[in-house]
Amino acid sequence: MALLGMRGLSVFISDVRNCQNKEQERLRIDKELGNIRTRFKNEKGLTPNEKKKYVWKMLYIYMLGYDVDFGHMEALSLISAPKYPEKQVGYIVTSCLLNESHEFLRMVINTVRNDIIGRNETFQCLALTMVGNIGGKEFAESLAPDVQRLLISSSCRPLVRKKAALCLLRLYRKNPDVVNIDGWSDRMSQLLDERDLGVLTSVMSLFVALVSNNNEAYWNCLPKCAKILERLARNQDIPQEYTYYGIPSPWLQVKTMKALQYFPTVEDPNTRRALFEVLQRILMGTDVVKNVNKNNASHAVLFEALALVMHLDAEKEMMSQCVALLGKFIAVREPNIRYLGLENMTRMLLITDVQDLIKRHQAQIVTSLKDPDISIRRRALDLLYGMCDVTNAKDIVEELLQYLSTADFVMREELALKAAILAEKFAPDLSWYVDVILQLIDKAGDFVSDDIWYRVVQFVTNNEDLQPYAAAKAREYLDKPALHETMVKVSAYILGEYSHLLARRPGCNPKEIFTIINEKLPTVSKPTVAILLSTYAKILMHTEPSDPELQEQIWAIFRKYESYIDVEIQQRAVEYFVLSRKGAALADVLAEMPKFPERQSALLKKAEDAEVDTAEQSAIKLRSQQQTSNALVVTDQQPVNGPLPINQLGLVRIPSQKMEASSHNQGLTKENGAVSKVDPEPAPSADFLGDLLGPLAIEGPPAATVSAEQNMISGLEATPNAADALALATVGDQSNSVQPIVNIAERFHALCLKDSGVLYEDPYMQIGIKSEWRAHHGHLVLFLGNKNTSPLLSVRAVILPPTHLKVELSLVPETIPPRAQVQCPLEVVNLRASRDIAVLDFSYKFGTTVVSVKLRLPAVLNKFLQPKSVSAEEFFPQWKSLSGPPLKLQEVVRVVKPMSLPEMTNLFTSLHLGVIPGLDTNSNNLVSCTGFYSESTRAMLCLIRVETDPSDRTQLRITIASGDPTLTFELKEFIKEHLINIPTPTPAPAPSPALAAAALQPQSPITRAGYTDPGVMLAGLL
Amino acid sequence: MAIRFILLVNKQGQTRLAQYYEYLTLEERRALEGEIVRKCLARTEQQCSFVEHRNYKIVYRRYASLFFLVGVDNDENELAILEFIHLVVETMDRHFRNVCELDIMFHLETAHFMLEEMVMNGCIVETSKTNILTPIQLMDKAS
Repeated sequence: MALLGMRGLSVFISDVRNCQNKEQERLRIDKELGNIRTRFKNEKGLTPNEKKKYVWKMLYIYMLGYDVDFGHMEALSLISAPKYPEKQVGYIVTSCLLNESHEFLRMVINTVRNDIIGRNETFQCLALTMVGNIGGKEFAESLAPDVQRLLISSSCRPLVRKKAALCLLRLYRKNPDVVNIDGWSDRMSQLLDERDLGVLTSVMSLFVALVSNNNEAYWNCLPKCAKILERLARNQDIPQEYTYYGIPSPWLQVKTMKALQYFPTVEDPNTRRALFEVLQRILMGTDVVKNVNKNNASHAVLFEALALVMHLDAEKEMMSQCVALLGKFIAVREPNIRYLGLENMTRMLLITDVQDLIKRHQAQIVTSLKDPDISIRRRALDLLYGMCDVTNAKDIVEELLQYLSTADFVMREELALKAAILAEKFAPDLSWYVDVILQLIDKAGDFVSDDIWYRVVQFVTNNEDLQPYAAAKAREYLDKPALHETMVKVSAYILGEYSHLLARRPGCNPKEIFTIINEKLPTVSKPTVAILLSTYAKILMHTEPSDPELQEQIWAIFRKYESYIDVEIQQRAVEYFVLSRKGAALADVLAEMPKFPERQSALLKKAEDAEVDTAEQSAIKLRSQQQTSNALVVTDQQPVNGPLPINQLGLVRIPSQKMEASSHNQGLTKENGAVSKVDPEPAPSADFLGDLLGPLAIEGPPAATVSAEQNMISGLEATPNAADALALATVGDQSNSVQPIVNIAERFHALCLKDSGVLYEDPYMQIGIKSEWRAHHGHLVLFLGNKNTSPLLSVRAVILPPTHLKVELSLVPETIPPRAQVQCPLEVVNLRASRDIAVLDFSYKFGTTVVSVKLRLPAVLNKFLQPKSVSAEEFFPQWKSLSGPPLKLQEVVRVVKPMSLPEMTNLFTSLHLGVIPGLDTNSNNLVSCTGFYSESTRAMLCLIRVETDPSDRTQLRITIASGDPTLTFELKEFIKEHLINIPTPTPAPAPSPALAAAALQPQSPITRAGYTDPGVMLAGLL
Repeated sequence: MAIRFILLVNKQGQTRLAQYYEYLTLEERRALEGEIVRKCLARTEQQCSFVEHRNYKIVYRRYASLFFLVGVDNDENELAILEFIHLVVETMDRHFRNVCELDIMFHLETAHFMLEEMVMNGCIVETSKTNILTPIQLMDKAS
């Protein structure tokens, strides 16, 4: 046994096991760590066997969750041991304790390479496994050819080749260039002829990675995959060792079907026929059996086959069969199958138009919403949300409402949000919508976010027919004994605006309304008090003829709050008091709220932003793509230029073909946090400001009339809040009917650090990018891929370059044929240092849908950097000669992302800032040197020194020197952006005029006009 | 990346074997292990074997006092992973003859080596028990 001769290890493990509590364990482990440390220090006395023992102890301690920050060298050194047992421990423990960013992993590259190219098979396997698990970019560069050779070698045994395949997969992920596509499609095709199923399992994983990146290059492998699946499914020539409970390797079957899902279609009729035959067999021939393992394995294959059919069956030959199967599954007792049935139904909705087939199972799905298992309940909720449309919205939403009262707390918010969205999107009539939202607030007030009640107010305001109904409903709720505060807010708001429409009904005269609302006043929080004050002012205004008694009561309240501690409330009380003494003028000032501009639901946006799992997210996306919604769906039309058209007709549905949101800005606002979201559109009119976020805004008469009243409000000054509210009022209205299915900001950031990858993807198209950088030149290729079977039309791409870049984009074809990819080269010349970013303004038409996006191009500062390694003799004279600002700048940076020096080194390396180890005598410092290339500076050396404080990783001091003041400054800011905690993207230059306009809104003429408007002003104060 | 991590945890929530295929810092591991152990161990036999956690899934299976928890991407085939867990257990069984928690604890090295033979970089390398165990038997003979 391998552990023989390591008695100490067993003793230690059992000591730890016998510890009575965490404290004892900690003490025992500290003692052991001390012991290991001393042993390692006087290394002379350590035999390889002892070393092995201590390294295992370290691994054990690490596994228990204790930090082991020493001894890595000892583990590494075992790799170089000549004997197998030590070498093996070295490799295994190294892959567990270290990761690719560890500096000294580099030191063993040579040893590892020798093991890989050596003759000893077991050594080869060990080395390949470690590289396959933790190898980084440097490994990719130095080992890829050797690993490839092993994989395709005919003299190599399967046990080595299977590891070589997965090792190559790792290296390919670290550096895609290690696999040359032209040569590899043929090679891959040969590899798929492999008979050994172990090798084939690994090769298939490698293939999936390659084909997922570029399916076109591997067309020739498609028939091979179909053959493999056929061989497995028909159990032809499968060794006993690779059958699992009588099923030929279910894992390989699943993997092969995954690979096939990366091909958009199967064109060759013979392959297609053969493949569908196999799939049909799987679909029909899988029976439920007693043995759990066999049952699971066969259903694993079945579910993958279902996924493949959904993907390939464009003609829907087998689709109803699939839905029938899934329908069966969601009703079985076995919870795993139920879960997967629901999950796959949701996936199915995303892929094809099978809504009607799935609707037949609605009752069963609703039952699953009450399943004892939360995993299943979640799936059911997601599916109900996905399958909801006009025809079943009433049923589904009512089920959700009913479930709300008993649902787990963790699900309630999501449930409330989803119910609200569905009610809004598919309401058969508006009064039903109002009912739903009020019920929602009543049942789960704590989980109803402000957005939801703002939205209902918006609808009521925009629909005159709805106003009396909503007011009556609000009045009804006020009779309830215990009322959620949100209900108080929404009722008070609606009654303030529209209670006069009810005046003739019993219990609804102004005085009664006031009394019942006022009962809530003593118990509500400050924001609600503010709303109530506005309601009182409105009630007063609507009281015709005036009622002196009521007036006195309300005035008394205003006076009471005149000296209230909260400024907002105080100000309202003072103003309303003064205003309400103006008599007739009051009616002008406190006129009814104007209609809100039409826009996309902030709820949908919120749902998209919310951190939800992928399936859920895609369901939401699916919803937003569907155009089957009815009258309630409000979409915003944002023309590129010109003012925002305000749809006075209210809720007439605008077909969802608009899409003017710049994803770029979405990314931006997201990252900047919630405080100051900006809209690229200059606010076109004051109406813009009277948005929901100022639901209390008391709209004044048109500006002309306002001037007459101006003296009255001259005492009012715009508070800083006004600016915030302005910015906030424009949140959430950039949205597309077509949503990207990748995180654009993330993609951009990833591409800043690497040279190829996907920049953008939506359901119709994908934009990939590949770039090469040489000195101050960049050569980029945009890959525009059409994912559909119909062409993309009116394709337009324009680059909006910042002033420091010269960008030339070759002609972009107007049409992208079905399933085709076009390449558009793009040349970039860097003129000088700047952190500004070029933007790709891209649009196309799919059917009637116009999609337009703005994407940041990863032609960023670090692309024009090349790490330099200089010696101390070269470095220090340079460092000294560049003294003081503006050539040398120093800054203490705080709120730094805490990272260890190796992590920071890694970051710097990825930014092309070559770190030079050992140049600084202080080991806590990091010195780096890089060359910057631009047309104005040509090649210029930049020297960087970072001083860190080991006791406080959140701050550091950075010094940067170069021969160009702009460069020094820009580079310093650039590095800071990557170091500090909140990733602050540089604003793209292209939309900057608009951004600036938005940011400067308080000073812009439009807004200034807005300021003279008391309604807006009050809105601003909110 | 398919499999993100494999964890063996006993009823008390103590980690008995951990293999991660994506790098996480120690703090992240501790937090993750704590969260998923809390989530999974509280579940009953009648509930399904899949738990959604953050942006991925845990597929888990219980054998006596030991829980096998495997973190996978959302698009992974859950049942295939569930049976892969069983394959791991059967392989350990063949080697240890009726494997138990103590075998894994005290033969940490063998357990690690077995996993390495079965999973590499998050992908399944080998599913034949004979092929998995051959190098281990060789190693045992050698020492």
